[in-house]
Parts: sequence; structure tokens; C-alpha cells
Amino acid sequence: MGSAYACLDVRMTRDLAVHAEGLVRTFGDVRALDGIDLTVERGQVVGLLGPNGAGKTTTVRILSTLLAPTEGRATVAGFDVVKQADEVRRSIGLTGQYAAIDEYLTGRENLRMFGGLYHLSPKYVKERSEELLDWFDLSDAADRPAKTYSGGMRRRLDLAASLVAQPSILFLDEPTTGLDPRSRLGLWDVINNLVAQGTTVLLTTQYLEEADQLAQDIVVIDHGRVIAHGTSEQLKDQIGGDRIEITVSDASRIDDAVRAVRSVSAGEPLVEESRVSAPVSGGSTVLVNAIRALDADGIEVSDLVLRRPTLDDVFMSLTGHAAEDETTAAKPAKGRRGRGSK
Amino acid sequence: MATLTMGKPQMMRRPLLGWTIHDGLVVARRNLIQTVRIPEMLFFSLVQPVIFVLLFAYVFGGAIPIPGDAGADAYRNYLMPGIFGQTVAFAAAASTVGLAEDMHKGIIDRFRALPMSPPAVLVGRTLADAVRQILVLFVLSITGFIVGWRISNGLLPAIGAYALLLLFAYTVAWIGSWVGLHMPNPETANTAGLAWLFPLTFLSNAFVPISSMPTWLQAFAAYNPVSTVVLASRELFGNPTGIQPDYWPLQHASLYTLISCAVLIAIFATLAVRKYTRTTSR
Ligand SMILES: Nc1ncnc2c1ncn2[C@@H]1O[C@H](COP(=O)(O)OP(=O)(O)O)[C@@H](O)[C@H]1O
Ligand SMILES: [Mg+2]
Repeated sequence: MGSAYACLDVRMTRDLAVHAEGLVRTFGDVRALDGIDLTVERGQVVGLLGPNGAGKTTTVRILSTLLAPTEGRATVAGFDVVKQADEVRRSIGLTGQYAAIDEYLTGRENLRMFGGLYHLSPKYVKERSEELLDWFDLSDAADRPAKTYSGGMRRRLDLAASLVAQPSILFLDEPTTGLDPRSRLGLWDVINNLVAQGTTVLLTTQYLEEADQLAQDIVVIDHGRVIAHGTSEQLKDQIGGDRIEITVSDASRIDDAVRAVRSVSAGEPLVEESRVSAPVSGGSTVLVNAIRALDADGIEVSDLVLRRPTLDDVFMSLTGHAAEDETTAAKPAKGRRGRGSK
Repeated sequence: MATLTMGKPQMMRRPLLGWTIHDGLVVARRNLIQTVRIPEMLFFSLVQPVIFVLLFAYVFGGAIPIPGDAGADAYRNYLMPGIFGQTVAFAAAASTVGLAEDMHKGIIDRFRALPMSPPAVLVGRTLADAVRQILVLFVLSITGFIVGWRISNGLLPAIGAYALLLLFAYTVAWIGSWVGLHMPNPETANTAGLAWLFPLTFLSNAFVPISSMPTWLQAFAAYNPVSTVVLASRELFGNPTGIQPDYWPLQHASLYTLISCAVLIAIFATLAVRKYTRTTSR
């Protein structure tokens, strides 16, 4: 019996791109990860969302074999990250939070070097490098030392380097942090393209907008724990779904407006001067009904919107603090400290 | 945006002796390209020894007598192998600083996330630092020739001398790598990390005969492999050696150099690889 279950377990984890159970990692007395469970199916894009210090990089480093977990276990492409590190390394591409390319080598030399270290045939590496340089729009800069590249170009070269061996699973640790908006959009394009071609992606981000844009599934982590998990729609529903917001032109008619809103809302309306808001369910039909009710009473409105909660609202309601790093950096939690030197 | 269309990646066949040498060569190539791209580094590693040659040949030369030989030419011929020895010993500096820099950059993480052989980072580093010394020895030899240094024992022994010097460079590159792995940052590597090289090279026969040292120092200098690689070079180049005090390494300079290099490589390669694996698998 037991062995049959074990067999099933192995088959299941093999079909999953990433499977982590109860990952714990401590650094001295800092508990960077405090029991992370994570599953990524093949072909899926999962966003690991959390503020600075949440444990995103630590998670990625464990999954990419750079760091051993203190407790728990994880498989990537069906291989154990501790016991089968070499097999894992052959299946993944990693683009870390900080560019990991050689500054003195040209773009082309960088790709050829990494291709060699993946033990790919020289002929293949040569062709693949040209293809990637072209794809990442780096052909013109291919013979310049990477030192002369802009931030956006370095990230692209970094990403290209992790694609030399056509990995089926890609880890991207804060791929767009520090980039200007244009480069960020460009990189989003690249990532979406890779995903369309079947690559599994686990990416981390501090940007709610980025998780929303790129990932189907979002795992929210804070203080080394998963605090929420789901599609961005599910996460938004979790904090109460949509709200209708109405501003009346004539503030003296606010009580009539509240009555009209109550007739369509799913909960008690909130009044703020000439504005009424209330939770609703049922999407845009609610808007039509609200307009009818207001119109029947002859109430004039200056503004009427259906507001969908943003991931910012999700984060705020889950953690009690915003997801921007400034806020958390200014108030470090007890027992946490900065990253030690290597 | 076009799609990536290339077929499945083609792998290399596994070399008979495993991947360490292959990967080491890839890393060595990278380190040698760096040398070309940072010309000021190469320039200073060449200029310093050239200045040493000129300084000792023209300024101090006359003041240091070589027992059993006389004249300024004798000192210049005595001096050159000493400069060779001191210079290749400083190959360790490049390993220390280079490795401390690598460890500090994200590139080590990328290397570690690749299916490459981990010791290859060190194998490539030491190999490149030794290979670079070929150029350094070439420039120094030309400079020496200009100030009057001569090879007077035939070609084969001279090749033997150069080979011994390069083996010694490779040996100290391993020691330097081990030191570099202990450095908290590249700046410290550039100062404290190089401190041991000064007593090592100056407490030797590189510039003054061992017989002119106080007795307690003679023992240290005699067993110092810098002394024996320098003495072996003097013998093989056919340059004056001075009179040697009675220590076994000085009677068998080439043999002692070969043995000590083998032992030191075995020790420091083991220590460095162990330290590297430990540091990088926190
Ligand atoms: N090498 C390390 N030594 C000590 N503490 C560390 C180390 N790496 C990470 N930490 C700590 O672990 C926590 C999580 O860090 P990290 O995974 O880098 O977070 P994120 O990537 O989400 O910003 C932080 O409190 C950080 O200070
Ligand atoms: Mg991070």
C-alpha cells in the first residue's frame, strides 16, 4: 500500500514544474522562510508577490539549488533540489535579482561562455547565441563589452544567458526592478512571449501591477509565509469584490441616494459628504439597476463608477501594510536584519 | 516579436576525465579575455617588474656583491632569475583579487546554477593566472637582455627554467585563490590579501645571496620555494648562483621545487575547493 502511494506521489511531482512543501530557511536567528508551500504546473506562470524581505529571493535560491532548505523539501521538474541538484540545473534557467553576466566580456562572448558551461555543442551554442542576440535586440551591441550596456540591455542579456539551453522552467527574481517604464514594458513582452511558447515561469515581484500583468496565479508572501494564493480575480474577490461609488450633484439629496443604492447593493452603504459607496455583486448589471433607481427618484449624479479592487487593496487587507518596499524598510519587523555579507 | 525557432539543444559528449577540465578551460578563457579588456591591469603587472629590473641593475646593483663573482654584469645576471621568481610569485595576487571580485558579484550564482563542475571556477582561475605569466616572463626576458642578462647554458635547460617558473606561478595561484576565498571584499583582497607575498619573496635569495643573511634567517630562506625556484633558474640559465650554505633544498634546487610545488598544489587545491564549496552552499 505504502509503496503504491509513494509511486503515485513521484508521478505527480514529475508532472509539476515546481513542488515545494514546508520550506523553512533560517539565517542565524532570522527565519527568512517559515514554511512555504508552492506548486507550479507545467506551462503556468506563477507570480510570487511580496514586499522587500518577504523571502522571495530565498525561495528562488532554494528552488534553483543555490541554497539548501533548513527544513522541508522541493522538487523542480520532478527532481529533488538537494539530492538531484545537477538534474535540476539542467532543466532551469535563472535570472537573479542582480545581473549575473561578465562585464568585461561582450554580449556574444557571455552567451558562448554560458553555452559551454551548459555542455552544449559549440555549433549549437554559436547558432543559439545569434538567435538570442537577435531576439533580444542586442545584435548591434553584441561585440561591445557588457560593461557599456544600459540597465535594460543588461537584463535582456542576463535573461538571454538563462535561455541558452532552452530550459523548460524559468525563475525570474524581480526581473524588472530598477528598470525604466519603457524597458519594463519591453521585458514584459519578452516574458509573455516565452510563456506563449510553453515555458513555465516562476517570477517574483514587489509590483502588484506586474504580478497582475504577467501571472495567472499569484502567491502572496510576507515574513516567509504564504498569506494568500489564487488568481488575481480570486484575490480581489477575497477582500470583498466590487464596489459601486456614486457622487450626487446636490448634496442635500444624499439620503435619497443612499436609499437608491441600498436597493441594489449587497451590503451597507458608506456615506462621505456627497459620495455613497457600497459593495455589490453581479458586475455591470448592478450599474444599470443603480442608474434606473436613481433616475426613478430624479437624483442627479456627477459621477458613478464600479470600482474593482486592485492588488494594492488585496495586500493592504491581507497584511495591514502596503506592498511598497519603502514602507516596510522604514519599519523593519523585530528580529529581522539586512542581508549579511557573503 | 518573432518566436525562437531553434530545435532541441545538442549536448557535448562527456569527456573521458569528466567536465572539470573542459569547464576550467571555458572559465580560463573568460579570465584571459578579461586581461585583454583591462589593459591597465596587464600594464601594471608588467611595468612594476620592469622598473625593478632597471632599479636593481643601475641603482643598487653595484652595492650588492656576489660571492665568487665580481662586477656589475655578474649582479645583473644574478638578478634576473630573482626578478623572474619574485614576479611569478605575485601571480598569486591576481588570483586573490580576481576571485574575491568574482565571489562578490552575481556571476558566481549563475555559475552555480549551471550544471558545470564547481571546481572549474578555481581551475580556470589558476590556469589563466599562470598562462598570463608567459607574457610577463617574455617581456621581462627582453628587458633583461637589454640590460645585459644572458642565457649561457643552452636552450633546453632554459626552457626547463621557464617551465619551472610557470609551475611555480600555477602553485602560488592556488595559494592565492585559497586566500582570495577568505577575503570579505575585493578591497581587503587588494591589501591584506597580498601581505604574505612580501616576506615570502624578500626572505629569499631573489635579490641577495642567502649566505649573506643571519643564520636564523638562512634556514627559512633555504626552505622557501621562492629561493629554490630562483636558484634552479640560475643554474638552468647558466647565471651566477653565489655560494650556497649547506641545506638540502639548495643542493637539489630543481627537485625540491618540483616536490614542493606538487605538495603545495595538492594541499591548497584541496583547501580552496573545499572552502569554495562551503562558502557557496550556505
Ligand atoms: N545570507 C543571508 N544572511 C542573513 N539574512 C538573510 C540572508 N539572505 C536573506 N536574509 C534575510 O532573510 C529575509 C528574506 O530575504 P529575501 O529572501 O532576500 O527577501 P526578498 O527577496 O523577498 O526581498 C530578510 O529578512 C533578509 O534580511
Ligand atoms: Mg529579493
